[in-house]
Amino acid sequence: MAKNDVKLLGIWASPFVMRARISLNIKSVNYEFLEETVGSKSELLLQSNPVHKKVPVLIHGDKPICESLVIVQYIDEVWTSGPSILSADHYDRAIQRFWAAYLDDKWFPAMRRIRGAQGEERQELVDQVVEGLALLEEAFGKYSKGKAFFGGDQIGFIDIAFGSLLGWLRVTEKVGEVKLLDEAKTPGLVKWADCFCADAAVKSVMPETEKLIEFSKFLMAKMKGAPSPKN
Amino acid sequence: MASSAMVTANQLIIMEELKLFRTWSSPFALRVVWALDLKGIQYDTIFEDISNKSSLLLQYNPIYKKVPVLVHNGKPLLESLVILEYIDETWKQTPLLPEDPSERATARFWAKFGDDKVLPSIWNVFIKQGKDQEEAIVTAQENLGFVERQLTGKKFFNGETIGLVDLAFGWLANLLSVLEEVCGATLIDHEKFPLLLEWIQNFAYAPIIKESWPPRDKLITKYQAHHEVYTSKEAPK
Repeated sequence: MAKNDVKLLGIWASPFVMRARISLNIKSVNYEFLEETVGSKSELLLQSNPVHKKVPVLIHGDKPICESLVIVQYIDEVWTSGPSILSADHYDRAIQRFWAAYLDDKWFPAMRRIRGAQGEERQELVDQVVEGLALLEEAFGKYSKGKAFFGGDQIGFIDIAFGSLLGWLRVTEKVGEVKLLDEAKTPGLVKWADCFCADAAVKSVMPETEKLIEFSKFLMAKMKGAPSPKN
Repeated sequence: MASSAMVTANQLIIMEELKLFRTWSSPFALRVVWALDLKGIQYDTIFEDISNKSSLLLQYNPIYKKVPVLVHNGKPLLESLVILEYIDETWKQTPLLPEDPSERATARFWAKFGDDKVLPSIWNVFIKQGKDQEEAIVTAQENLGFVERQLTGKKFFNGETIGLVDLAFGWLANLLSVLEEVCGATLIDHEKFPLLLEWIQNFAYAPIIKESWPPRDKLITKYQAHHEVYTSKEAPK
């Protein structure tokens, strides 16, 4: 596939963009990465994702595909000669889709609110996130069957959905001074996280935690500088 | 003999165990009812009382404790859109998703948009009052505008036949007018949303779909009770 047939609009810090990049890497697809400038949206982005105006957007030929998990499934369905990302078994696929939805609908939203929260609200969020990690530890034990990943011997759908969030998890731990992924409570996940980050499809696209911390400070400063919301 | 072999195969299919945990009113569970009925699949229904959930439901869905749960040969499936894709992959008749990967991606995108944006924005209109409600209406109509445009040149979101996106937006065909009536706001009118209104008619009266609508008067009563709870929390404006 010619390189310019596949384009990905994204930013380096976005975990959702990372999901698309990992998937393309797994399938050995050559693609052009078009980095958006933070704070402004390119014409191409606005045209190809008029509904959300957000990255990632995969542009295959002239077709834009939006929403990270939709993109991952699309990549899996189009490039069938590479390793599979979703399981061949229907029930296992449903389990994978369930956990990916859980991460996006429940776990990640709670985690990203920790840093901005205080007192009782903050503790509740931390508890929710830690509870979620316990559930994920259990799921990992069940689905990995002693192998390195949720997907078994190789990275699968849950690995991608969850692993892409590790960078921001570590930012929350460092900046928020809170331990979330704990060797004592979730030893399986701690080992899994190392395996995931070391994987060939992931290594080159996983941002360094320090860079993410800088980026998050930059974002917070930008937000503070924004005009106050009208009542 | 060929016919007895066929009878045996049918018996095997009927012996598959399929149970759907639902409530009489859940629009998410209704999606699963439609998918199974459209495909002509046999299943048992267990009606749950939300104020008194069965231990089975809590066992099958400990994280969310919600309906729908579809149990296939003892294995639970959760989250209505996940369940719909499972049903579509397992029973191939009357397909809900197209074959083409980019069309499938489009369908998944719009189903997600419905649940992530359209539904919450309409719920916001329902629970708010005064100026807050006016602002909520603007957002909800913006979202509905995207949905309207998806129907250009099509009878259903899926084309000529009902598909996943139609089932995902099915609640617009019955619940939206209930919410509008109870909270006194009009969200869709013939001027701005002619295609959506036509789709509502086509969908609501489609074979199979029309058999399963929960009774409207019961829905009005239920949502009136909800509305009172939300609006009594608000300070008078």
